[in-house]
Amino acid sequence: MSINRREFLKYAGLTCIGVGVGGAQLFVTRVKPAFSDFKPADYALKAKRWAIVIDLRKFKTEEDYKKVIEACHSIHNVPDFGDDKQHEIKWIWTEDFEHSFPHQQNKFIPKTVEEKPVLLLCNHCTYAPCTRVCPTKATFKRPDGITAQDYHRCIGCRFCMAACPYGARSFNWLDPRPHIRHVNPEFPTRTPGVVEKCNFCVERLDLGKGPACVEASEGKMMYGDLADPNSEIRRYLDENFSIRRKPELGTQPAVFYIIGGEEDA
Amino acid sequence: MYDGGKIIAGIIIFLAFALFPFYSNIGKADIKPPKPSLDTPVIKALKVKKCVEPEQYMRESHMQLLIKWRDSALRHAKRVYVNSNGEEYVISLQKTCLRCHSNRSEFCDRCHKYADVDPYCWDCHFSKAKQEEQR
Repeated sequence: MSINRREFLKYAGLTCIGVGVGGAQLFVTRVKPAFSDFKPADYALKAKRWAIVIDLRKFKTEEDYKKVIEACHSIHNVPDFGDDKQHEIKWIWTEDFEHSFPHQQNKFIPKTVEEKPVLLLCNHCTYAPCTRVCPTKATFKRPDGITAQDYHRCIGCRFCMAACPYGARSFNWLDPRPHIRHVNPEFPTRTPGVVEKCNFCVERLDLGKGPACVEASEGKMMYGDLADPNSEIRRYLDENFSIRRKPELGTQPAVFYIIGGEEDA
Repeated sequence: MYDGGKIIAGIIIFLAFALFPFYSNIGKADIKPPKPSLDTPVIKALKVKKCVEPEQYMRESHMQLLIKWRDSALRHAKRVYVNSNGEEYVISLQKTCLRCHSNRSEFCDRCHKYADVDPYCWDCHFSKAKQEEQR
């Protein structure tokens, strides 16, 4: 059987159409839900700029700090490596005054302030250096000011750790699971090879609850909307002089500290 | 044909290699489709036994749905899913999906093993069974 050029092209064209239609069938026959949608919960807490105030005057005993740290770490399955500083994972921790506020140090600040531990956590900076250096956008700014992190996307390059001037980020060198004392089954753990930090309790805010540390502090800390001039947090900042960590870097931290003198020790 | 013997021998050797996966598996093809188990206390207690979307869709496309859920919750702060029937669910792998499907080895793993896929969801997310193991 012989075939001329014209016929060959005809059959070739028909074959292409057949393969195309058959292939398209594969996609068409997949079941798809008729309609679905995503929305924020009605009871979610919303703000234009979330912030935290820590009133260090009200922290008196070691127990006061411990309660707050314990609340955060147990909810978020933060592993405890004890004295092993190399593998330590920090979400909320304490440091002395000099190292928390290196540029505020002077010889004549009250002994009580100098010796009092300062509660540290991620500052959720407005101009967060960590989000600028992240090559995968695993860490990013939410519109409400929170510096969030998507562990699914973190490749463990640790650029963010180098960029953060506050040491608020920790790398998982080891599997954290064996080092978690009380597992919270409602929150995931992390995996070796990702960086983690305080998440401003986004999982709680989005479902209508405030940050766990603030809740556990029993009034020693406060959270609220910095963009709302009538918010409780703004009034508190109006009435009390506050300082922030390393403001000279221009990152605009959203964690404010109120430091007391001798009489507040 | 020049070198006919060599060519035919070469073809036979080539076919022996190329068809190895087929003939080596002759007679082993009675692997039955997996039967994921829905036998968990939470599912048993449900009055209407249904997932967030139709069964067929979940079976074929749960991975795409989970990725949408992840991005919606983490990136867009939208933690409520409205399904094709207008019903609302809180977006959470652990609190919503794995609350019912608490039997990882009988539910998730059976199909994943059959399809030879190895998702790493459980490296971070807890399945109920895993917790019991730990305690």
